[in-house]
Amino acid sequence: MHIHLPNTAFLGNIDPFLRGYDPQNTNYLRITANKKWISIHPVVLSMVAAIGQPLEPSHISCEKLEARSKHYLERMGLFRILGIESDITITEKESAGRFIPLEIINDSEGLTKFITEMIPLLHLKPEQARPIEYIISELIRNVLEHSRSETGAIVCAQYYKKSNRISIGIADTGIGIKKSINQSHVATTHLDAIKLALTPGITGTTHKEGGTEFNAGAGLFFIKSIAKVNRDFFILYSGNTLYKLLKTPPSRKVRLFSDPFKDRHSKDDKLPLWQGTVVGIDLSLEQTEEFSSLLDLIHKAYIDSVKERKKARYRRPRFI
Amino acid sequence: MKSIKMNERVGSFAENKDKARNIRIEEIVPVLKKGEGITLDFSGVESATQSFIHALISEIIRTYGVEILDRILFKNCNETVQKIITIVVDYMQESEF
Repeated sequence: MHIHLPNTAFLGNIDPFLRGYDPQNTNYLRITANKKWISIHPVVLSMVAAIGQPLEPSHISCEKLEARSKHYLERMGLFRILGIESDITITEKESAGRFIPLEIINDSEGLTKFITEMIPLLHLKPEQARPIEYIISELIRNVLEHSRSETGAIVCAQYYKKSNRISIGIADTGIGIKKSINQSHVATTHLDAIKLALTPGITGTTHKEGGTEFNAGAGLFFIKSIAKVNRDFFILYSGNTLYKLLKTPPSRKVRLFSDPFKDRHSKDDKLPLWQGTVVGIDLSLEQTEEFSSLLDLIHKAYIDSVKERKKARYRRPRFI
Repeated sequence: MKSIKMNERVGSFAENKDKARNIRIEEIVPVLKKGEGITLDFSGVESATQSFIHALISEIIRTYGVEILDRILFKNCNETVQKIITIVVDYMQESEF
C-alpha cells in the first residue's frame, strides 16, 4: 500500500488524496508526503493509522519528512500508533491547539472512557460539546457493532481556531458498508449500500422497520443531518465509493431528506478500494444550530421517511 | 412504583447501549412482567443518543405494544432527552413491530 500526504486535504478537496491511495500489496505500507507543507483533515490521519494498524512496524516505511508542518503528525500520535520511529521533536512553540490525538477504540467501555476523558481536551462549552459527543459515540459504536474490524475504530479530532471549527475523522478496516448492509438488504454497488446506510430506518441487522432490539438504522442519518443543519461537510467512503455532503450555502434554506441523493452532494464510485469505512465530518462552532431544534428537524424527516416507506407497501384496491 | 436513577447507571451522557440493554433486561422488564409501573429518572442526564434510548425501550414497545408506555414514566428529562425519547417512541409506533 502507498499513501501520500499531500499539501492539503480537507473534506472539500479530499478527492485527489483518495484517488492517490494505492491499496495494492496489503503486507506493506509506504508513507510519503509533500516536501513543503502538510495540512490535512483528521480523517486523513485516521485512514493512515487504520491501514497501518494490522501491520508489523517493520512493514511500514515513512520517508524522511521535510515539510515544516511535519510536527503536526507527531503531535497527533501518528508514529506512536504505527509503532514507528520519528525524528521529530515538539517544542511548545509548535502547539497544535485543541485536539484529540489518534486513538484506537476496541470496545464499548473504551468508547465511554474516550468520551469522558478526551472530549474535554477540546475545551468546548457544554452546548458545543453535545453534538461532538453524539457524533463520536454513534460513529464509533457503528464500527464496534457492524464493521467486524479486527483493529477497532481509529479516531482523532482537531479544533481550528481561525475557522472556529471542529473536524473529526474515524476509520476502520472492517467489512465495509456494502457487506454489512447486504446482510438484510440488496445493494449491488457500494454506492447503493451507502445510500441505504444513510437512509433513516435502514440497518444491516434486519429488513424490518423499527430495527432490532439493538439497532434502528438511524445513526448515520443523524450524523449527516447534524452536518447538514450546520451547513458543514460530511463524507462517507467505503469500497470504491465516496459520498460527500456538500455545504449548504447560507442563502439556501436547510431541508433534511431521507434520500441522501436529494441533498447537495458529490459522489465518486471509481476510487481505490477502501476495505472498511471512513467517516469525516466538520462542525462549525460559530453557527452550531441549537441541538434541541436540530432534533425537531430530524424527528420530522425520520418519521416522514418511515411513513413514506410504509405507504409504499400499502395494498392497493384493484379496479377492473 | 420502582424508580431507576439513570444518571447513577450511565452518567451525564447516556450513550452506552450495553448498559441500556442491561437496565432494560435486569431492571425494567422484571417490573413490567409483574404488571407494575416504573419511573426512569433522567435527572443529571444532560444528553442521550438515539441508539441508547432505542436499546433501552424499543424492545419493550415491540414486546408489550405501545400501551406499555402507560406504565413507564420518564421523569426529569431535559428538552434534548425528551426529544430523543419522543423520536424513538414515534418511529416505533410508525413501524411494524
